[in-house]
Amino acid sequence: MFDGYTATELGAIFAMQGFAGLILFSVYVLMALGLAIIFGQMGVINMAHGEFMILGAYVTWMTSQVFGTYLPGLYDIYFFVALILAFLASGALGMATEWLLIRHLYKRPLDTLLATWGLSLILQQVYRSTFGQREVGVSLPDWMMGSLPLTDMIEVPINGLLVMTLTLIIALTVGAMMYRSGWGLKVRAVVLNRPMAGAVGIDTERTDRMTFGVGCGIAGIAGAAFTMIGSTGPTAGQLYIVDTFLVVVFGGAASLLGTIASAFSISQVQSFLEFFLSGSMAKVLTLLAVVGILMLRPQGLFSVKVRK
Amino acid sequence: MKDRDNRPGGAMGMTRRGLMMGGAALTAALFAPKGLRAQDFPTSVVNTTGLAVTDTTATVGILHSVSGTMSISETGSVQAEKLAIAQINAMGGVLGRQIDFIQEDGASDWPTFAEKARKLLVSDKVPAVMGCWTSASRKAVLPVFEQHNGFLYYPTFYEGLEQSPNVIYTGQEATQQIIAGLDWVAREKGAKSFYLLGSDYIWPRTSNKIARKHIEDKLGLEVLGEEYYPLGHTQFNSVINKIKLRKPDVIYAIVVGGSNVAFYKQLNAAGIDLTKEKPLLLTISVTEDEIDGIGGENIVGAYACMKYFQSLDNPNNLAFVKAFKEMWGADVVIGDVTQAAYLGPWLWKAAVERAGSFDVDKVRAASPGIELTTAPEGYVKVHENHHLWSKTRVGRARPDGQYDVVFETADLVEPDPFPAGYQ
Repeated sequence: MFDGYTATELGAIFAMQGFAGLILFSVYVLMALGLAIIFGQMGVINMAHGEFMILGAYVTWMTSQVFGTYLPGLYDIYFFVALILAFLASGALGMATEWLLIRHLYKRPLDTLLATWGLSLILQQVYRSTFGQREVGVSLPDWMMGSLPLTDMIEVPINGLLVMTLTLIIALTVGAMMYRSGWGLKVRAVVLNRPMAGAVGIDTERTDRMTFGVGCGIAGIAGAAFTMIGSTGPTAGQLYIVDTFLVVVFGGAASLLGTIASAFSISQVQSFLEFFLSGSMAKVLTLLAVVGILMLRPQGLFSVKVRK
Repeated sequence: MKDRDNRPGGAMGMTRRGLMMGGAALTAALFAPKGLRAQDFPTSVVNTTGLAVTDTTATVGILHSVSGTMSISETGSVQAEKLAIAQINAMGGVLGRQIDFIQEDGASDWPTFAEKARKLLVSDKVPAVMGCWTSASRKAVLPVFEQHNGFLYYPTFYEGLEQSPNVIYTGQEATQQIIAGLDWVAREKGAKSFYLLGSDYIWPRTSNKIARKHIEDKLGLEVLGEEYYPLGHTQFNSVINKIKLRKPDVIYAIVVGGSNVAFYKQLNAAGIDLTKEKPLLLTISVTEDEIDGIGGENIVGAYACMKYFQSLDNPNNLAFVKAFKEMWGADVVIGDVTQAAYLGPWLWKAAVERAGSFDVDKVRAASPGIELTTAPEGYVKVHENHHLWSKTRVGRARPDGQYDVVFETADLVEPDPFPAGYQ
């Protein structure tokens, strides 16, 4: 397929394709981080993860409407405000969900799956009733659209750069929180041994609620970020949920590093295959590879060794 | 004329009495508001098969998804059908009977569609159903309609390869939507090479198959690539890079649903400015409805091949758009399928009045040849094969989410659901 192209053209295409892979990697990390925290640290399978993301997207849309109407002078920076609001909204809803629903089901992990799936249906209908059945178009400030021409041939999408930066910041923050803060210490203690953690005076219920809230809040940020690249509608969260679970399970449920490694390998394989094969075949082969590896390593790429 | 313009979708082209003969405007002004009187058509005569038709009302079914994924698309169709029914009732109904409707929700779930269709036909005994949107839902209800001899008006443009005695297809089959557009882009834009892209299911695949045959065999031009992405795919950077490498003159895109938004946003972000037409983008899957979600600024300059655009400038359409907005709010948009759905009740009314009966077999026999002069898209006519003769139009997307019509076929395009040489 490369007949008749010059070396520079090919170089440029490979550079852009490499960049496409990195963007996909960032997207995967961003959407999987929140789920990895909840699933990995608490063992709760949150089927409503996509709906928490879309809440963030709707918050972004509302913020853009408010800024467009009342603060047009500040429109260029509304997106950063929206990110924070999305985190707060999804996080608050997450904590409420934990308090009302999840905490009653910690001893019945399969029931959390059903309960959160039901929650996802309820949220979809709430969005539909509130915002209408049609997708909303989130408009972005001009500086966030278009691409940066690096050379004559290599063009880098600005929204891709933003997603990458955001992912980096979120991942570093989460890492710091998990491994450098008192909260992280408590979370890890509760994960390793809940009764012992309780016995030494950690309020495990509070820790759980915070963890669930943070996980959902990050989902909200991801949703806000994805308004740059995807659609915002009542059921748009469903578009991401399968890939999200794939990344988390493949990475090894309890390991944030595993999530990142898994996002990296899946995204690179996928974008490489997409370039040389057609889109659907790339997806099929990626899934086959993941299934194959999980058969050999059911615990995923990385696993935490815990004495049960 | 003034009277007619004020009454959206006013006169029907042909009735049993051949009112057309006197001239459409006169007919509309004199006869249509009064309508036909029910006592001239006793129920025992017009309803010999036990349908839900009384001396005063005829109850039809509306079967679309108003919940679930597809409600995004199907809401417009429901609105259009209710508008048409309200307008028909305001001018006297069908054979002097007011149209009542029972609305069922297919819930974006194909078995549910079949179940609800059975309910409408068996329990409610409706003489006609306006409904379905996706091909999957139509395929699911088809056996039910054929078994219970129902009559379905199906509004969506679709892949063709079907012709049921129990369905009137008010949207375009694939060749009506594809061929004129490809001819136009080759003739007017000098396009030589194409890149075909679609979501991975039957409609884009069948459509691209027809497009490829036409491009290669009939036009003698080149297809540089053809590929499909799973429904709901949200990452298109790889294919955009491939398109940049291959440099086609035309991207022929049949991406649908949430993927649509991702595709156009990423195309824009990758520095492909569609207004420069290098490459030019031609789509058959983006109506005004979809642009709402995509955002006009992301798709401005793209061309779409449809039979109807909201911006069509003719008296029928101006009245239709006005009535639609009065009923459903000033900020609704009207896409191709919404207009096709609007035709359903009107075509049924015309067929019933031509047949002088609500019985399905008689309505079916009366359907071919039915004409509507008042369709928002202009004049349409029902073909023997149960599809419509329609014009094909090309529109160019504006930043405000509407299309400028840049081309329309001179004549109506004959529907050809089983196109020879394209299979």
